[in-house]
Amino acid sequence: MKQPSKLKMRRNRFIFFMILPAILFPIIFTYYPMVKGAMMAFQSYNLMNVKNIKWIGLDNFRKLFAQNASNNFYTTMFNTVKWVGISLSAQFLVGFSMALILKKKFKGSSLYQGFIFFPWAVSGFIIGIMWRWMFNGTSGVINDILMKMHLISQPVGWLASKNTALYSCIAANIWYGIPFFTIMITAALRGVSQDLYEAADVDGASPVQKFIHITVPCIRSVLLLTVLLRVIWIFNFPDLIYSMTQGGPAGSSHIITSYMMQLVQSLDYGLASAVGVLCILFLAMFAAIYLAATKYTDTEV
Amino acid sequence: MTYKGKKRLKLLLKIVVLACFLGLTMFPFVWMLLTSLKGTQGEIYAFPVKYLPDPVSMVNYVAMLWKGNFGRYMVNSLFTSAIAGFGAVFIAILASYVISRFHFRFKNVLLLFFLVTQMIPMFIMLAPLYQLLAKAKMLNDLRSLAMLYTNMMIPFSVVTLCGFFDSVPKSLEEAAWIDGCGYVSALFRVVVPVIMPGIAATFIFAFINSWNELFMAVMFIDVDKFKTIPVGLNGLILKYDIKWGEMAAGTIMSLVPTMCLFAFAQKYMVEGLTAGSVKG
Repeated sequence: MKQPSKLKMRRNRFIFFMILPAILFPIIFTYYPMVKGAMMAFQSYNLMNVKNIKWIGLDNFRKLFAQNASNNFYTTMFNTVKWVGISLSAQFLVGFSMALILKKKFKGSSLYQGFIFFPWAVSGFIIGIMWRWMFNGTSGVINDILMKMHLISQPVGWLASKNTALYSCIAANIWYGIPFFTIMITAALRGVSQDLYEAADVDGASPVQKFIHITVPCIRSVLLLTVLLRVIWIFNFPDLIYSMTQGGPAGSSHIITSYMMQLVQSLDYGLASAVGVLCILFLAMFAAIYLAATKYTDTEV
Repeated sequence: MTYKGKKRLKLLLKIVVLACFLGLTMFPFVWMLLTSLKGTQGEIYAFPVKYLPDPVSMVNYVAMLWKGNFGRYMVNSLFTSAIAGFGAVFIAILASYVISRFHFRFKNVLLLFFLVTQMIPMFIMLAPLYQLLAKAKMLNDLRSLAMLYTNMMIPFSVVTLCGFFDSVPKSLEEAAWIDGCGYVSALFRVVVPVIMPGIAATFIFAFINSWNELFMAVMFIDVDKFKTIPVGLNGLILKYDIKWGEMAAGTIMSLVPTMCLFAFAQKYMVEGLTAGSVKG
């Protein structure tokens, strides 16, 4: 049906004004600062030295990758890989196992889910504070429990040692992320049509066969997307490290985003933005490769 | 073993695993609560650890609220998060209604526009935002924080609310249009009441996220009377000598509103979060 043009104009004007605020906010407070930030990556933009702001090409990036004793950017990058890799795999495995147990509803199961989902609503900063206290080297409860189980013979300064600081943060991060995977995968599992299992039962399929040939293919696309979003999220999540170790001791537990946060706070905006640009490039590349490698499509069964 | 015996064993195992998992999930919170209720330094730092406070003491809470400025921080957080929640949800209702109901060009571009904001590390924006606010003389102002949080929550709210609008049949407001209702009044009088639970859940999500936000608040607020809870706690944790009793009390107090809202909206939030994924 062809609409009279006056009505159509009214309709278009309505659409425009309804969307306008939702576009204006991100343009002013997200896209403008983002572009400006990306430009700073190519400038010597240090607030400690405001008179000397100028374009310097790739110097900030060179500074990041320069090999010298005081530069631990390589450690930081390696830490980021560990931080994302170990956290994600552990969260995924435990979350998946818990989801298999929770799949069948039982009396009080939604209440139970509510309880185990609660950490998700708490900020990473607060979680970090709680774990910092539990990992405390002199009177931490984790030392106490491990000593009572005779796993260690004297208190360990978990967050004060270069060997354990990052892994302690990773442990806390794993704990923090498990509920999310549990809830997402439980919902996905419950969405699988029961008919498929019944048909398989008729054919005499074993539980393992059913898992491999029905469950996994059915929830594959949900799993793939959840994992991708989670990688990006964990990568961009320095809050826990910020409140547990501040990247210490001696920068040994920094990941790339907490390192960047520290540069921002030391007012070297140019260098910090260079790190930010690297993050964006890396994440975009990762997402592209991941989607291609897994042949992800939205519509698969 | 008999079939029945095996089944019973399996059930028992399941209960044990679920109980252990619940215990592990709750332990850090319980431990923080116990610490906050211990009155003396000797009790808090005892090693081997003394698990239960004896006697239960409110000293740490009193110290935070009366000696410290924690009550003020709570009010500030409440103000900022409430405004951000309302702002984001209101703006998102307008946009998502149109996205869900009308056909127009560039709709996919628009969705991409929202998606990209979620992928970028926000740290790259902190320095330019600082300058922007400094130029506008809006540093140390809770209103600018509320504005930034509104912006932070718009994309998620739009996408979530689109899902809720999609679930309402279009015939509903078409009937209202025929009765002479304009677009706007049809939306607010007819459609919005129907998806109120979804709107409430979205508001709570935006509220909790603003309540939790740390880095922007730390960058843009450094006057004590404007600090939000995370900024206040951040000040305490940066000190060389952390008073863990008071820290624990502050943590617990900051968790109470989250807990109340979460208990109320948990069901909807889980639904909203998982709805999109299950459909795919």
